[in-house]
Amino acid sequence: MSDSAAHQREDDPDAEPASGPADADGPDTAEPAGEENRPDGELTEVSTGAESVVAALEAAGAKTAFGVQGGAIMPVYDALYGSSIRHLTMAHEQGAAHAADAYGVVSGEPGLCLATSGPGATNLVTGIADADMDSDAMLALTGQVPTEFVGNDAFQETDTVGVTRPITKHNYFAGDADSVGDVVGEAFALSTVGRPGPTLVDLPKDVTLDDTEETPKAAEAPAGTDPDPYAREDAVEAAARAIEDADRPLCLFGGGVIKAEASEAAREFARTYEIPVTTTMPGIGSFPEDDELSLSWAGMHGTGYANMAITHTDCLIAVGTRFDDRLTGGIDTFAPEAEVVHVDIDPAEISKNVYADYPLVGDAGTVLDQLFEAIHGAPEADEWREQCREWKETYPMTYATPEDEPLKPQFVVEAFDEATDDDTIVTTGVGQHQMWASQFWTYTEPRTWVSSHGLGTMGYGVPAAIGARVAADTMGEPDRDVVCFDGDGSFLMTMQELSVAVRENLDITFAVLNNEYIGMVRQWQDAFFEGRHMASDYNWMPEFDKLAEAFGALGIRVDGYDEVAPAVEEALAYDGPAVIDFHVDPEENVLPMVPSGGANGRFALAEDQL
Amino acid sequence: MSDQERTSGVSSGRMPGPAPDERPQPEGRRNLEGHRIDPVVEAEHDSRRAVISALVEDEPGVLARVSGLVSRRQFNIESLTVGPTTVEGHSRITMVVEETDPGIDQIEKQMAKLKPVISVGEVSGSAVTSELVLLKVHGEEPDKVHAIAEMYDGEALDAGPETITVQLTGDESKIDDAIDAFDQFGIIEIARTGQTALARGNIPTAPGEKPGTAGEPTTPTQ
Repeated sequence: MSDSAAHQREDDPDAEPASGPADADGPDTAEPAGEENRPDGELTEVSTGAESVVAALEAAGAKTAFGVQGGAIMPVYDALYGSSIRHLTMAHEQGAAHAADAYGVVSGEPGLCLATSGPGATNLVTGIADADMDSDAMLALTGQVPTEFVGNDAFQETDTVGVTRPITKHNYFAGDADSVGDVVGEAFALSTVGRPGPTLVDLPKDVTLDDTEETPKAAEAPAGTDPDPYAREDAVEAAARAIEDADRPLCLFGGGVIKAEASEAAREFARTYEIPVTTTMPGIGSFPEDDELSLSWAGMHGTGYANMAITHTDCLIAVGTRFDDRLTGGIDTFAPEAEVVHVDIDPAEISKNVYADYPLVGDAGTVLDQLFEAIHGAPEADEWREQCREWKETYPMTYATPEDEPLKPQFVVEAFDEATDDDTIVTTGVGQHQMWASQFWTYTEPRTWVSSHGLGTMGYGVPAAIGARVAADTMGEPDRDVVCFDGDGSFLMTMQELSVAVRENLDITFAVLNNEYIGMVRQWQDAFFEGRHMASDYNWMPEFDKLAEAFGALGIRVDGYDEVAPAVEEALAYDGPAVIDFHVDPEENVLPMVPSGGANGRFALAEDQL
Repeated sequence: MSDQERTSGVSSGRMPGPAPDERPQPEGRRNLEGHRIDPVVEAEHDSRRAVISALVEDEPGVLARVSGLVSRRQFNIESLTVGPTTVEGHSRITMVVEETDPGIDQIEKQMAKLKPVISVGEVSGSAVTSELVLLKVHGEEPDKVHAIAEMYDGEALDAGPETITVQLTGDESKIDDAIDAFDQFGIIEIARTGQTALARGNIPTAPGEKPGTAGEPTTPTQ
């Protein structure tokens, strides 16, 4: 392995720039380590497998990588030396995977994470599974022991391909140096086509060290993996008739709308036909929550009015959703009188959980355009719209703030929402704070809500905020705020990544809604386990504001209502990472709540209704 | 939030609005498969046996991908066979599953998403199916064993003073009958390959597969 790989490439006279469409416009704010950088889209000549890997990534348009060094991945890191790809060393590989995931959510381009073999790879697993459940495009590169040792239980050997097989869209074991660049390019491209998802390439050290002169081909997804964006015309016509004839039509926009960049089309669709809109949690931001037609999001902790609407609709126009159980509640009572129009790029989602009367397999934006063409008149739904408006008044999202009770967490969320612009990116961990952050913040733009939905990964928030911040900076939007709402339990799981935020001086505000409980569990224990707080009492937490200072971040502690606004202002104004430890009411519950498997229309408004 | 809103009379831990029992609830229901029961007549699905054939790229791990998918999604599988085709780099996987119609649909769709799967579908009911079985029985009555083997077009592959090993091929009912017949000798060991299948006539076994003609390999059209 040459130790001057970067220089060899830079000196290469044949390395003329190819077209770089991915980066043709927009400033590149990445700050790579090398003195001289090659533009993206260029296919350089290489001399080793590792250089081929990096060349393929650069050519595919990768700008940023998150990872942790280690023995088996060292050749790849060596080849990254001097690359145009900015690499951020994370404190833990799980953080690298979540950061890459969030980077992808915010930027719309696949995130990239690296780890070594064995524990490096297994530490990525949670983040890969998270990306898989939320259909996020991401490429993970893992080092592996040299091919001749594979299967011998060598030092730091894990069957990474075997371990990650069920949690990736596809994974690869790189066979030789000549093809490794092509494989990496293919994996990168595959993660985005059709329904996005994480891919992984396992890179044995001999493969990355070996000599090769094979310049990787332009990245291309495998044949047959890029689906037809158009739904069948007859199915579109039938769905159009059902929508025209509906008395109580309701749009349900899922995360697929955002991934397909179809938020504009979705907004136009709902507004043109004046159809009320609810979203799924991953679909937050696809439709502005301050719009008159918006009912916010439905499901277990969704709004009362969204759950009333989804229970009583007679025509559910579901776009880019997989009907997760947290959305549907019990299947028997989910939209029980609705004909379902289901638009999805993945045919396997059609009728998987909820039977689709009108299956429309295709790209969200394309199919909405097709429906536009096919629908001749808006459904007559004046009464229904009036009913939805009434439900918004009947079941308002509100909370009490009695003088004799501690600070309410919802108040903190609203204070941040008021103090920031619409383009602010919110990341969260998982638990009560996540629900309040989604309920009491008014989202209006896609790719501003970054959370762990399907897998429900506590600890997602901090590394996700780092990925989101870097994405915004890379996109040339350094003025956007990034706010991470976290719980005390969730924060403690990945807070070591604060060191990265400090090192890179990333402008992020971390708002810890500290209730000294693993609060969602405490809430369920009170509701379903007769209040036995087994292992949910977290009153042994460190003082997060002081810990933040120890990391080199700004640390603030807040206990009362009067301190909230000044603390929010100070943290947002601070140029760098700031942590506010909000000591909030430990007894506050997330409401409304549909108990697991219950009927959406029977959401509880108080604990005694569960 | 303003102070005025903060004292709007909402009580702590309780959101405003009618309780669950005070709200209108629709009468309709869905069954476990997500079909509306009302007004559509409830569609109950019984499980049935289905033979699913897939053409796959013969790459490392393809069998693990398919079997992992089946186990992860709790599909009920009876047998799975795999072997090369006449196209280099292509294999055929044949699975026998016991599932409801929506379950069979899901197996096909989920398998189709696996990258090495070129084509997958259910083989129609009129398909040719066959299985190979080796069974070892006690050898005390060799004449009777040979007679029964002959009855089922079987063949003794190994005969000794203590055991006789017989090979049988055929569809499921024939194999089941034969095993019953051999049971009288005491079956010591048995190994079954599981059903493999091809569609009859010009019907492609996997969707899009072009039936091979003499001298030409079977090729998927994709």
